[in-house]
Amino acid sequence: MEYINIFIKSAFIDNMIFTFFFGMCSYLAVSKTVKTAVGLGSAVIFVLVVTTPLNYLLETLVLQEGALSWLGDDYATMDLSFLSFIMFIAVIASIVQLVEMLVEKFSPALYGALGIFLPLIAVNCAILGAALFMQQKQFANIGEATIYGLGSGFGWFIAIVLIAAIREKIKYSHIPAPVRGVGMAFILTGLMGLAFLGFLGFEL
Amino acid sequence: MSEAKTSEPLFSKKNVALIKNPLNKINPVTIQVLGICSALAVTVQMDNAIVMSVAVMAVLVLGNLIVSLMRNMIPGKIRIIVQLVIVAGLVIIVDQVLKAYVYDVSKKLSVFVGLIITNCIIMGRLEAFALGNKPWASILDGVGNGFGYGLVLVIVAFFKELFGSGALTIPGFEKFEIFGNATDMTGLYSMGYMDNGLMLLPPSSLFIVGIYIWVQKYRNPDLIES
Repeated sequence: MEYINIFIKSAFIDNMIFTFFFGMCSYLAVSKTVKTAVGLGSAVIFVLVVTTPLNYLLETLVLQEGALSWLGDDYATMDLSFLSFIMFIAVIASIVQLVEMLVEKFSPALYGALGIFLPLIAVNCAILGAALFMQQKQFANIGEATIYGLGSGFGWFIAIVLIAAIREKIKYSHIPAPVRGVGMAFILTGLMGLAFLGFLGFEL
Repeated sequence: MSEAKTSEPLFSKKNVALIKNPLNKINPVTIQVLGICSALAVTVQMDNAIVMSVAVMAVLVLGNLIVSLMRNMIPGKIRIIVQLVIVAGLVIIVDQVLKAYVYDVSKKLSVFVGLIITNCIIMGRLEAFALGNKPWASILDGVGNGFGYGLVLVIVAFFKELFGSGALTIPGFEKFEIFGNATDMTGLYSMGYMDNGLMLLPPSSLFIVGIYIWVQKYRNPDLIES
């Protein structure tokens, strides 16, 4: 039950795009067609599910105050949390690189589908944002952190696929010239965000 | 030695353009659509927006300077990771400084200070400008883009805070209660005015930026997308 709650909360209530605007850059740049949106969305889910638990382990075993106590009493009072930014981004960048190589080796079809999106993800705020929020929320175990990663990725996926579908249709509408393109995408995202506000306070 | 080589004055036309253009024609947020995440999320209050802009500008200027100084030493293949490490180091410094001097604001900005690392404006400017230009020009480019980013943040925050809570907070001053105090029913509130709660919620920043882009492109028709 706890897991389902975390999933719903991270996917719908605290949606990455509509509530925190994480990963807006790629969200706006790659949402012109549904096909590319699905590609980038699945790549984000994939990377989030892999990196969030890894960063959770890093946080609880190395960075947190007193996390190093497994090394001996001398290390029990150490607080390395100021290093978390650089450690998280290093983990993310290297995992993305690793995932790219593994996918290319073992599943060329998936590699072809994700294509150029994988390397782009290293600098997607959604991944680092999920890691930093995971650090703030202090999950009880690695399972919760993984579900949080999955839920956030899923929420991001829905958002980008929805906006891509709308932008495909809106090409045929008469929009005032100055607001065409990015301006309209902003206003549309705002309207979708309003709809997602309806999930506020929802709990199982 | 370098001064003898550069016959160009410090603020030549080209260098002034580096500062001026990002404010309007090539604004990093509204025209190039970079760094939106933080631009939208930290704008509920003016002081958050101002502190965030200063933090981003600091990272941008220093990062541009460092990368520009190192531009001939960085091997092309690993430049992204080198840039990431430089930016992450600078952001850690900025984060520690914010925690030391403006703790309240740093608490409110929460994860968004860390997210400066993945702010596309910074990576974009390092990649597109600092890697191929001299240090002084890179500093000016950093200042210009920092102002361009800050301008949008402050404008969005102005509307959100003014209509959302009827007041403006500017760092170093008391809170300006422009529309009066809602709990004491003074000012406009005594006449039945009510704050617009939507302005405090995330979607309103999207609307404001959308309208900002609309106005900006209406005034500069050559920016309109086909």
